[in-house]
Amino acid sequence: MANAELKHTPLYDEHKELGAKLVDFAGYEMPVQYEGIKAEHEAVRNHAGLFDVSHMGEAFFRGPDAEAAVQRLVTRDVGRLDVGQAGYCAVCYEDGGTVDDVIVYRREDEFLIVVNASNREKDLEHFRKNTKDLDVEVTDESDDWALIALQGPEAEKLLQDLTDADLSGLKPFRFAEEEVEGVAAIISRTGYTGEDGFEIYLSPDGAPRVWRHIVDAGVTPAGLGARDTLRLEAGMCLYGNELDAEITPLEAGIGFAVHLDKEVRFIGQRALLIEDAEGLRKKLVGFEMEGRGIARHGHHVTSGAEIVGEVTSGTKSPTLDRAIGLALVDPGVDDWFEIVIRDNPVPAKAVPLPFYKRDRG
Amino acid sequence: MSVPGDLQYTKSHEWVRKENDTVTIGITDHAQEELGDVVFVELPHKGATIVAGDSFGTVESVKAVSDLYSPVGGEVVEVNSSLEDAPEKINDDPYGEGWIVKLRASEEADLLSPEEYEKVVEEES
Repeated sequence: MANAELKHTPLYDEHKELGAKLVDFAGYEMPVQYEGIKAEHEAVRNHAGLFDVSHMGEAFFRGPDAEAAVQRLVTRDVGRLDVGQAGYCAVCYEDGGTVDDVIVYRREDEFLIVVNASNREKDLEHFRKNTKDLDVEVTDESDDWALIALQGPEAEKLLQDLTDADLSGLKPFRFAEEEVEGVAAIISRTGYTGEDGFEIYLSPDGAPRVWRHIVDAGVTPAGLGARDTLRLEAGMCLYGNELDAEITPLEAGIGFAVHLDKEVRFIGQRALLIEDAEGLRKKLVGFEMEGRGIARHGHHVTSGAEIVGEVTSGTKSPTLDRAIGLALVDPGVDDWFEIVIRDNPVPAKAVPLPFYKRDRG
Repeated sequence: MSVPGDLQYTKSHEWVRKENDTVTIGITDHAQEELGDVVFVELPHKGATIVAGDSFGTVESVKAVSDLYSPVGGEVVEVNSSLEDAPEKINDDPYGEGWIVKLRASEEADLLSPEEYEKVVEEES
């Protein structure tokens, strides 16, 4: 795709001004880094960082059957969500493979499903195709929302200066609808970094003002590069790596987001129940390199001469200063294996996930 | 971007310093900027023979893996093994402490002058 065809978020001019290195991501020209991935990563772990994730898609479900439609589409029982509560879940095909991983927000009279940018069109088609018989209107309002993520231990204090919402009372996966710097916003206590923090949905017009205000307060702008190392340390899935049409949410280790006992049937439930009963075909493991080298997406996992899996994500962890990764492996594989890096099998060992857990003390 | 006048360069963004028959090779300031934080370096062994134009190692940043190409053939006489523990030297001092290997050159190669290299970088951006 030529650069001229790339889409821009409402914060594009801010990124240019901050000297960001921009790359094509899901059809958007997005900041991969500003000062440097490590510095941005460390800022989020120790202070706070600000991400533009406006490329994410927003699908709204309205009408008498809105809840029934969402129930059918996602793996979580959204009947258990309160108004003002959000839930992480998967969207599956009938065979249990994953269409996307999403967050569902329950608002007063509607549901909002936030989808990955790269899956937006596919998801919307899937949502509409599978709810035709219901009295629900599914609208793609992705271009009507900017989304910024303020993440890190200092996030609450920084954001509280800009809003009347009571942030100390806002629990994880709860959201408030209040102004931020005079701009109408949905403030959600969610994130993709393993830190405390907020994702803030704003009008495209108001977003630059809020962004500038937070950056001027000394918060480090952070790009997609740090977003990836942060989520990987936190053991979170990335669609296209740990999840895709060939991988079920159970295999990817997000069974906590799948309510197999849900009474309202969801697409993929039958296949997932069978897999749960018969045992997983493959499983996601975290590993650390024991030998020298960094595992990357697509590298083979071997045990002796046998290929037993594939790396889904790998990096050098800035926090741990070790090479870490996630791999989908045969369920019987033991805790020691090799990662084939440029034809060279390098020892690695399985470790519990997440790699990094913040101190909640 | 810094392009020292006393070095020679390659299109693949390595620099070469010639002293008698010993050549020192590293990656340029532009290359390290493009890569971002370098977190891993794979070096050849001392005594190994490098063929001009072949990959002799890799430099990895958080996001990307980049092969190293030697424009000059020869025997590896020294490797900067301090990079194994401190790969960030390549970012901090690409023309100094971030040097990568020293070879005893046995083949001559086509190298770029600083001016020619600057043009290569300009054309790429």
